Amino acid sequence: MKKIEVITRPYKLDEVKEALTTAGIKGMTVSEVKGFGRQRGHTEVYRGAEYQVDFVPKVKIELVVEDALAAEIIKTIQNAARTGEVGDGKIFVSHIEDVVRIRTGETGNSAV
Amino acid sequence: MNAADTGFILICAALVMFMTPGLALFYGGMVRAKNVLGTVMHSMVILGVVSIVWAVIGYTLSFGTDIGGLIGGLDFFGLNGVGVEPKPGVDNLPHLAFMIFQCMFAVITPALITGAFAERIKFTGFLLFTILWVIFVYSPMCHWVWGGGWLAGLGALDFAGGAVVHMSSAASALACAIYLGKRSGYGKQPFMPHNLPLTVLGAAILWFGWFGFNAGSALAANGLAASAFTTTHMAAAAAAIGWMVVEWIHRGKPTTLGFVSGAVAGLVAITPAAGFVTVMPAIVIGLLAGGICYGGVLLKHLFGYDDSLDVVGIHGLGGTWGALATGLFATKAVNELGNDGLFFGNPGQLWVQFISVVATWAFCFVMTMILLKVVDVITGIRVSSEDENKGLDVSQHTEVGYQL
Repeated sequence: MKKIEVITRPYKLDEVKEALTTAGIKGMTVSEVKGFGRQRGHTEVYRGAEYQVDFVPKVKIELVVEDALAAEIIKTIQNAARTGEVGDGKIFVSHIEDVVRIRTGETGNSAV
Repeated sequence: MNAADTGFILICAALVMFMTPGLALFYGGMVRAKNVLGTVMHSMVILGVVSIVWAVIGYTLSFGTDIGGLIGGLDFFGLNGVGVEPKPGVDNLPHLAFMIFQCMFAVITPALITGAFAERIKFTGFLLFTILWVIFVYSPMCHWVWGGGWLAGLGALDFAGGAVVHMSSAASALACAIYLGKRSGYGKQPFMPHNLPLTVLGAAILWFGWFGFNAGSALAANGLAASAFTTTHMAAAAAAIGWMVVEWIHRGKPTTLGFVSGAVAGLVAITPAAGFVTVMPAIVIGLLAGGICYGGVLLKHLFGYDDSLDVVGIHGLGGTWGALATGLFATKAVNELGNDGLFFGNPGQLWVQFISVVATWAFCFVMTMILLKVVDVITGIRVSSEDENKGLDVSQHTEVGYQL
């Protein structure tokens, strides 16, 4: 199984979620994060004093899929999240050793 | 005694009371989240503590029988003799109405200072300092200007508290900022307002309450009150625009914080002038206050003191400009109990205003420094760096503002 970790723009969350559920994904975990890459932060001004804010708010979406579906899911995510501008984000793919469904005790692909 | 005047002044007293919680929110939104309760608590606790101090000793020191032009006597100690019969000299109001109206001014003035030592003062030290400040700084100032003291004798014009409230708190704030030193991380870490909608709400309450502050200082429901109400509002509006325009040019965008700060600056500046000038000069006073106070805020970066919430920049410069502007624009046509200013053929008034400015800054700054030293010896005045890092809410009050 593969873990797919997506870091992308917060406003793209709905689009990515819709695309994934249409593609058959049954669940995901979402968190609000902040970070920076090539996209610069922004400036804030309070009473004439300028502050450079380096961190940009992003959303992190985590999901686990069967190996066979990984490539298709990654394409789906890319199509939904892409704007073409710097700041679109990244997708990290890692190997998952095992998955357990807590309620039933199922493991492996049937627990995904 | 006049029923309309009495009703009006009691309402105005309530409006001015409301300014202190308004100030709590104005300041509270500008600090970091970990200090929001500590900041709000300063203003709220002052409402409690200073009201009692005023009743027991503050009122009499301010308005008791004059001693040498410097302080009032103890005739009204514990509000002795202060009842429903009018105060000699203020025939239209029950004495209690006059006293309670003045009480609200005594309350908000030390609350203004809290902006200078935000995020780093010890609560016990703050309590002791505030009590001493009301007795040894506010009461004398109040007496000098409104209680028949020497500044009144000189003919200084201060309609609603440019000197008594704004310059006094600002000079004291400067002393506090210097004595306490900068916040840990100042200049290296960004300290950004955590809740500006709260600040805007606070500013709106201040603007609203200021009508009681300035119009109520006419001490009657009459034409002068209407005049002061109008100049107050127009100065606030003009100043908000003035600040916004200067910031827009200087930094490229108009900010919400800038707009409301400008409004407050205008309200400060018009305070001494409200019942002495006409409306168009009030607009000019406001417009310039917006620009001057914007510059005033930048002063702290120039001189290197950490006046956290810009008490000096706004109340100090705004109050000073307002006091001098009164010397320019005052006209007996608005208030025959006042005087004419420079633009109405009397340059002498400007000189008297200047003296009141210097006297206020000098007395309040020096006296506050002394009080800070005394308090530091007795209770300590600055929190430990560990407490400052944890935040005042947790360290001073075992509370958290937002359980998110």
